[in-house]
Amino acid sequence: MLTKLISISLSAILVENFIFSKFLGICPFLGVSKKMDTALCMGLAVTFVMTLASAVCWGVNLLLVRLELAYMQTLAFILVIASLVQFVELFLRKKSPALYRSLGIYLPLITTNCAVLGVVLLNVQESYGFLESVVYGITGGLGFLLAITLFSGVRERLDYSAEVPECFEGFPIALITAGLIALAFMGFSGLKMV
Amino acid sequence: MNPGKIFKDGLLTNNPVLVQLLGMCSTMAITTSLFNGLGMGLSVTVILCCCNVCISLLRKLIPSTVRIAVYVVIIAGFVTIVDLLLQAFLPALSESLGVFIPLIVVNCIIIGRAEAFASRHSVGEALLDGLAQGLGYTAVLVIMSVVRELLGSGSFGAGVFNGGKGWQLFPAGYACSYLTLPFGGFMTLGCLIALVQFLRSKKGEAEK
Repeated sequence: MLTKLISISLSAILVENFIFSKFLGICPFLGVSKKMDTALCMGLAVTFVMTLASAVCWGVNLLLVRLELAYMQTLAFILVIASLVQFVELFLRKKSPALYRSLGIYLPLITTNCAVLGVVLLNVQESYGFLESVVYGITGGLGFLLAITLFSGVRERLDYSAEVPECFEGFPIALITAGLIALAFMGFSGLKMV
Repeated sequence: MNPGKIFKDGLLTNNPVLVQLLGMCSTMAITTSLFNGLGMGLSVTVILCCCNVCISLLRKLIPSTVRIAVYVVIIAGFVTIVDLLLQAFLPALSESLGVFIPLIVVNCIIIGRAEAFASRHSVGEALLDGLAQGLGYTAVLVIMSVVRELLGSGSFGAGVFNGGKGWQLFPAGYACSYLTLPFGGFMTLGCLIALVQFLRSKKGEAEK
């Protein structure tokens, strides 16, 4: 069991990183990665929501299967995620107004982050149990955190020191940077827990 | 608004992927072959048209405070319908797109058009806009998947043309297989957007 959990974690963080190999959560990854500290906050918030969503949706899915409503999965999951995000938003506004302000518009946008819905759907697809789902949620989120932090570090430097051809300025060069990081992450693909 | 302008907006001047920079995840993830790209593009177009019409019909009934939640429920409903239809009638496509079909729910293009267009225009215009934006998205997917399939595995249209076999234009051994991997997705889209920026700056200069 422990081996399986470790193997899930390794695969979610490095080998099959949500950003660089599964292409889930690209919008916030490109949108919020201009500064390192906001990127870090975003990563942490996403990790938190992904963990909660994996845990809650595991229960919801059990209920749906029992009621023979499995075809309502997508609809049920997105509603659960939307209310979770709302809940996190209320909680943060009350407990940590500073963090709440720094995340700003990106907090409600976590609802439409495909990494969150993605992790929940993948949990169902792989028929993970409760513990496995939660571990996959946490480590998938950590993978996202790692990716967005690394990328924002590169991007901060890119703004100051790189000479980019005019037509590649802004978005295209960011995509190409991300592509190169993805290439580096492919180096992990030999990593396997036996 | 005249139909010509709506179509020009969707396909060129306000293309959802290349200009508005929406719907990146699916654009890069599934464009490994023309079969996937075309399938995904058309599925999104159908869903976009249905959602736009539905939201435009209900636009006077939906209270503005809960409109996003209502949009999400409508979108999730249509996505579920398309998902089930694909599973029943095109199992091969459903298999190869996998989790990205249900993920159309969180595709920013659909909710973006609902908010920016369908909630403010009549049903006919909303339908046209859905069609135009959907075809604009499909066009980008087709361009990307043709490039990646051709350079990445040397074939063209596998699963679509020539009785499902497609054409092998040159042996796969000579192809740059990296382009079919995630790296290729980032690179192809980066270069495509750079090309668009280049053409727009040229056009801007010419107008001056």
